[in-house]
Amino acid sequence: MVKRQFDYEQKLKDLKAKLEELNDLSKNMQFDLSSEIEILEHKIQEDRELRYQNLVPWEKVLLSRHPERPGAVDYIAALCDEWIELQGDRCFGEDAAMIAGIGSFEGQALTILSYRKGKNTKENLQYNFGMPHPEGYRKIQRLLRQAEKFNRPVLTFIDTPGAYPGIGAEERGQAWAISQVLMTMAGLRVPVLAIVTGEGGSGGALALAVSDRLLMLANAVFAVASPEACASILWKDLERVEEMAQAMKITAQDLYELGIVDEIIAEPVGGAHLDYEATIASIKDAIRKHLPVIVGCDRDELLARRYEKLRSIGKFKTDE
Amino acid sequence: MIKNTFTRKKFFAINPNMDHSQTPIKPNLSSTCPSCSARVSEETLAENYRVCAKCKHHFTMSAGQRIELIVDSGSFQEFNGGLASINILDFPGYEEKLEKAEQKSGLREAIITGYASIGGYDIVLAVMESDFMMASMGSVVGEKVSRAIERAIERRCPVIICTSSGGARMQEGMIALMQMAKTSAAVNKLNEAGLLYIAILTNPTTGGVSASFASLADIIIAEPGALVGFAGPRVIKQTIGQQLPEKFQRSEFLLEHGMIDIIVERSQIREKLTCLLSLHKGGCRG
Ligand SMILES: [Zn+2]
Repeated sequence: MVKRQFDYEQKLKDLKAKLEELNDLSKNMQFDLSSEIEILEHKIQEDRELRYQNLVPWEKVLLSRHPERPGAVDYIAALCDEWIELQGDRCFGEDAAMIAGIGSFEGQALTILSYRKGKNTKENLQYNFGMPHPEGYRKIQRLLRQAEKFNRPVLTFIDTPGAYPGIGAEERGQAWAISQVLMTMAGLRVPVLAIVTGEGGSGGALALAVSDRLLMLANAVFAVASPEACASILWKDLERVEEMAQAMKITAQDLYELGIVDEIIAEPVGGAHLDYEATIASIKDAIRKHLPVIVGCDRDELLARRYEKLRSIGKFKTDE
Repeated sequence: MIKNTFTRKKFFAINPNMDHSQTPIKPNLSSTCPSCSARVSEETLAENYRVCAKCKHHFTMSAGQRIELIVDSGSFQEFNGGLASINILDFPGYEEKLEKAEQKSGLREAIITGYASIGGYDIVLAVMESDFMMASMGSVVGEKVSRAIERAIERRCPVIICTSSGGARMQEGMIALMQMAKTSAAVNKLNEAGLLYIAILTNPTTGGVSASFASLADIIIAEPGALVGFAGPRVIKQTIGQQLPEKFQRSEFLLEHGMIDIIVERSQIREKLTCLLSLHKGGCRG
């Protein structure tokens, strides 16, 4: 059976509860087991850290999709002293699957663009599970041009299963809308810093990842298509999704080795959802480290480097 | 090298740059039109740009046939033909898939690029081949598209790309996905240089190719009845759990929804391209 939920924390909770029981029992029976219990607790803690150091890719997929994982709204609230959300694509509508606006991070005004997922059913429906329609990409496109006009650096967060596959989305040009964002970001004359915070799913996620620096949270994943889709299309077997997640090389560590991701941002043990404060602190540090470098870079040089970075991705052989 | 499968060439002269020595002989010399069910002989198809005479259904065309269809006879000079895929991620079974695709298509990869002329105008041409792993885009497709665009910038000539693709090549993972960004960045350079780019969308053009360079052309032409879209119809049907409208994601549907410029039949394509090139004076600014 394929694991659909990351249940390690639950098992740990059960174990700790049992330990607690044992502790109470020993007290009632006038035994002193406190030193043994302490050793056990220490051992559990060690095991936990070890466990999280050795997550398999599919477990990271599950963590990256954890319903309580911090999302764009949490990051924006924690990062920005001031924030104004800007809405609408000026063509057809407002797409709540993407959140965009202007914020101030430690005195630096930024255009912040992101996917938006919900934390409960109501929000998920409202934000369409973070899956944008063309209007979302057109809103992004519009605000990218605006950022360029005001020479304002762009910060993006990536966390989406992908662009929404629906009739209206196709009718209104999903492919065209994504392609425009890709090209605009490639040539945008302001610095772009992108952070993969959750799941990066296919071309719909790539749209916000074309950047000068691409960072990734340690348990985030970024894939050409979901492991489920790949397993069912290539192997016609959804049960092999764990194996597929491994084969596709989708973790931050894999993508760092492949030269696609520039830096991995550490997450608290157990995942970002267990400690928002620590996660936000790591993200702040990463922005403080990378943003000034790209902001300080000469624009022609910045664009040349951005092109060179994209241009160099790919491996092949040449024989005549 | 292109192994051509065209048996009758009444309309196009044989390209001297193509290798016809290993032309496979089709065992089945007639097929059924998937659109009107008429029996059509391979011979009639070859004489008629592989279009059904009865209902105008456009049959699949190989990249080699397509090159012959649109360029001035003998003008095609392939470049970067030696680029071939490697198994970057050690993805299970990828080498075997590549080998089979090579055998099926007679090509090294899913795209052919080269210099050519149309109506006397010099161009850079790229044509995708759906017989090669559904013309999915991996490192080689991304690289050859980018190089073709860069060569056009060097020569200051227009680019024409005939697309067909199932999307990004899953076996190359994120490296394949990043080719969308890479090719889009290359088109941006072409735009900065003020050069003309025409895309001809053929059946099917979906996923990562439709959401990158295929949609970024100055002029988007589609063949009649071609399936063009981001998500595949099966995925959409699964997601929304209802039937899809008739002609959904076909060229005619796209035209109606404002997503493409023109639908051009094969018999007209060379003439239309010549006209567009002439209107752009070969495709350069100023
Ligand atoms: Zn027919």
